[in-house]
Amino acid sequence: MLSRHAPSRAISSVSSRTIPVTAGAVSRLPSAQQTRRLATVQDDPPPKRVYGGLRDQDRIFQNLYGHHGADLASAKKYGDWHKTKEILDKGHDWIISEIKASGLRGRGGAGFPSGMKWSFMNFKDWDKDTKPRYLVVNADEGEPGTCKDREIMRKDPHKLIEGCLVAGRAMNCTAAYIYIRGEFYHEAVILQQAINEAYKDGLIGKNACNSGYDFDVFLHRGMGAYVCGEETSLIESLEGKPGKPRLKPPFPASVGLFGCPSTVANVETIAVAPTICRRGGSWFAGFGRERNQGTKLFCISGHVNNPCTVEEEMSIPLRELIDKHCGGIRGGWDNLKAIIPGGSSTPILPKVVCDDQLMDFDALKDSQSGLGTAAVIVMDKSTDVVRAISRLSHFYRHESCGQCTPCREGSKWTEQIMKRFEKGQGKPREIDMLQELTKQVEGHTICALGEAFAWPIQGLIRHFRPELEQRMKDYAEKNGEALAGGWNHDALQQGKLISPGQ
Amino acid sequence: MASKITPLLFRSAFRPARQASKQCRTFAASARAASDSLNVHRDSPENNASTPFKFTEDNNKIITEILKRYPPQYKKAAVMPILDLGQRQHGFTSLSVMNEVARLLEMPPMRVYEVATFYTMYNRNPVGKWHLQVCTTTPCQLGGCGSDIIVKTIEKHLGITPGHTTADGLFTFVEVECLGACVNAPMVQINDDYYEDLTPETTIQLLTALKESANDVKTTHTDDVEAPKGFIDGDDKNVNKGKDIGVAGSAPRGEILKKNGVPVPIPGPMSGRRTCENIKGLTNLTSEPWGPEVFRKDL
Repeated sequence: MLSRHAPSRAISSVSSRTIPVTAGAVSRLPSAQQTRRLATVQDDPPPKRVYGGLRDQDRIFQNLYGHHGADLASAKKYGDWHKTKEILDKGHDWIISEIKASGLRGRGGAGFPSGMKWSFMNFKDWDKDTKPRYLVVNADEGEPGTCKDREIMRKDPHKLIEGCLVAGRAMNCTAAYIYIRGEFYHEAVILQQAINEAYKDGLIGKNACNSGYDFDVFLHRGMGAYVCGEETSLIESLEGKPGKPRLKPPFPASVGLFGCPSTVANVETIAVAPTICRRGGSWFAGFGRERNQGTKLFCISGHVNNPCTVEEEMSIPLRELIDKHCGGIRGGWDNLKAIIPGGSSTPILPKVVCDDQLMDFDALKDSQSGLGTAAVIVMDKSTDVVRAISRLSHFYRHESCGQCTPCREGSKWTEQIMKRFEKGQGKPREIDMLQELTKQVEGHTICALGEAFAWPIQGLIRHFRPELEQRMKDYAEKNGEALAGGWNHDALQQGKLISPGQ
Repeated sequence: MASKITPLLFRSAFRPARQASKQCRTFAASARAASDSLNVHRDSPENNASTPFKFTEDNNKIITEILKRYPPQYKKAAVMPILDLGQRQHGFTSLSVMNEVARLLEMPPMRVYEVATFYTMYNRNPVGKWHLQVCTTTPCQLGGCGSDIIVKTIEKHLGITPGHTTADGLFTFVEVECLGACVNAPMVQINDDYYEDLTPETTIQLLTALKESANDVKTTHTDDVEAPKGFIDGDDKNVNKGKDIGVAGSAPRGEILKKNGVPVPIPGPMSGRRTCENIKGLTNLTSEPWGPEVFRKDL
């Protein structure tokens, strides 16, 4: 959930170039009107394609609403564990090339290409190393707004377990640890039951699926720490220590869990892998825009008529997603104020941006936000948007692990400042100071929690600055203009603004 | 010579004293407060180093089971599940539980204390029989009727503010951060169970039912009940599984049933919807599910 968005930057820069289309060849026949253009100019606009409207036949998580059992028999009936042996027999290069062809990008927030990430495990001379190798599945779903992994684990646990095996084979891992958050007790029980079933059926364990490959799956319950969703702190936590992130490098692919090569991946990424292998990478790549392919679970919460979790095509327009699956926004689309498009750590977007926003990694990146975990938090006009973001600041202050200073102190300061801004108790120039403070934190912390608490505030300042200033004006009218730091206007007269020693 | 040194001595001797009086405000380095309770241990009659604690025979079996999951040279990786087991047996994570776990795993007690203070789910003080954890993070604050109303309802109904236990020791009420059920907001976690889609009425219904059943239902937060081991062997009859989660007509969700006259609230959304679907009817997954026939043929 918590991961730096850096890798996606490189990709988005590539994708902003439009891809030449072959259809253009037809119109390039010599004609009188043709004018000579620069070589870099595109002759034809790329064909317009409408995204969204995924058919049920193409939904991977068929049991999203729990219509059939989570047990092995019904999982098999709907295609899980079908010819897993054949997939495993094809070897790691084949699986990774399928995943690469599918264009799957990590579903945990950062959107790093999964095929590439998995291939890092098969470095030069990996097979001469006798150390065990681990796949760690990040089921520590804690990002406010996100509740997709929970649905996978309690309704389609076999998709996840089979995914562990397939992804584990691709990375030549010996075992998988599923790190599930502690609050998900019911989910842990269901998942453990599914693991037991799979062991009993010989699907995992020694000679998994009769493929001659040995693979174990273990479940580990976390105990309630948001920061453990970051990959290195998840590894620390799994080793029985407080979940404080490690500095990278060394990356987990070289030194990870128990000092062995390991890879941490999100539940959804792992759970879709077997279906991609079975239906083909090109099938998965057929959805969504170039470089943002696939299907995705969207969780829509907040001020919509009927909040729900739904699997949809990537690049679906935000408005269609809400109108089609959630019965629209309370009071109609015009009642919309803002949307947080990808879980609490992505910057907020105002209505003007939301009107024609596509939901994928690059489109949201272009709107100065991010897809994150695709957890859409909707706010209508009745929302106190400053309070909503201030509550998130409180969340991040609570969840900061306290290891590095910018985050530990910064999250507390931003919380205090946001608490004042809620009431309008401050000076307009303090908005700039807050902005500068978040910029100082961003990129200077060990893990991405620094960015995670800085971005929502930057988004608020970017789009709702007038609202903040209005609040300060209102406060000034009622109580007199507050001084910087939230002091009352007459604090000096009361003898309060004396610095130590004065 | 001495006369030259003396002023220097005097100056340096008095400097710390002068500075101490001046520095009434320091650059604050706030300690991290992960859990809402105090980070330090204070001896109390029910929680001190000599509180007796020993794992029961059954739990010792579970511990061997847990230890099998981790490499033998990394026994300490099992500290989290075993502390949790201890908490379930003892009711809360007392100092004696931590010490016992440290002894079992052959690790310094300090390393166990570090873990027990870092994670919020270890209750280092006794909690009531029902541990109400209301999510108040933004999605819950916005969704449904909003968590503010739920918090107020509980405060009014129980007469306590967050962070306190009722006088009869039945309810401990805390505000917690996102519990990952945002689509079903607002929600409350009571011990291990999620109750979602709350309204003030259903919240009061829920609290009343819990209070009525208090004498007849045993929870993990009492000494005499065996700790549930569902997360170890996947077997817990209180957990809805498979079809029971989603299909209407099987086990009810979010309702309050009467079993032998004892009201039993069933975990789940209290609004009548089954899980995370659109409450007004399905918008997708309505056609016949696909099976192996759609797969590529060259496998």
